[in-house]
Amino acid sequence: MIQLVSFYIFASIVIASAAMVIFARNPVHSVLWLIVAFFNAAGLMILIGAEFIAMLLVIVYVGAVAVLFLFVVMMLDIDFAELRAGFVKNVPLGLLLAVVLAAELVLGIGAYQAGAVTLGTPEAGAATVSAAVPNIEAIGGLLYSKYVFMFETAGLILLVAMVGAIVLTHRKSHGTRGQSISSQVQRRPEDATRNVNQPVGQGIEL
Amino acid sequence: MIGIEHYLVVSSILFVMGMLGIFLNRKNVIIILMAIELILLAVNINLVAFSVFLGDLTGQIFAMFVLTVAAGEAAIGLAILVIYFRGRGTIAVDDVNRMKG
Repeated sequence: MIQLVSFYIFASIVIASAAMVIFARNPVHSVLWLIVAFFNAAGLMILIGAEFIAMLLVIVYVGAVAVLFLFVVMMLDIDFAELRAGFVKNVPLGLLLAVVLAAELVLGIGAYQAGAVTLGTPEAGAATVSAAVPNIEAIGGLLYSKYVFMFETAGLILLVAMVGAIVLTHRKSHGTRGQSISSQVQRRPEDATRNVNQPVGQGIEL
Repeated sequence: MIGIEHYLVVSSILFVMGMLGIFLNRKNVIIILMAIELILLAVNINLVAFSVFLGDLTGQIFAMFVLTVAAGEAAIGLAILVIYFRGRGTIAVDDVNRMKG
């Protein structure tokens, strides 16, 4: 019972905040509603026992992606009123397409509920869920054994994304003097210093 | 009791919301990127729900990979947005029809 109540609370907040994301006038508010949506989606996932993905959602989406969005929205000086100009013009067609798509999706789910489709069972050798092993432990075991290459590929994707973002936004600053490692290493003592037998009282030339 | 259809309804509504967001805010790239995040969130909810109700953990692993790609996509997308804004002083997507090759 409490599960059902909390499901409906989480689900309605997710959907309401998703609507606020796309309808909010101020993009900063949109980002904040996005954060609310992510938190409640994490709640939805905890409700069925997917703790790891829920925590990942909070850490990655709320902690990284949403903050990145917030940075960019606040950093750029954009006239958002001008960008909303075509909003009303697009509403009828957009709503029509959305209603059609939603009806189709709900039709499919209705067919499942009416018994036309059955969910099936995991095939032999699949990573089955067991109540004895905690969710995070099971996912960790699977991730570092069966899916280790895909895990490494995911790391590689993040590395490429990081390098790409830095390369795209990096600006060469003028007026600063950078460190040239190669010329430092190539410098030898005999090029840089000189031994002089200096006579007394004649001064030195620099 | 909660069944898989509860989660499927939530995720399909979320997916449609994301699509509607792309349609409505056709000029504002930031909102479009947020709508894409909503769509990917709907996909994740779908994957996790099927994974749990089928009793197979693979779906949750794939949800993690979707999350990875979403994070990378947001970083690259916002970086492109920032350099585009530097060059043009606006982020209206309608103007992105000429490129300097």
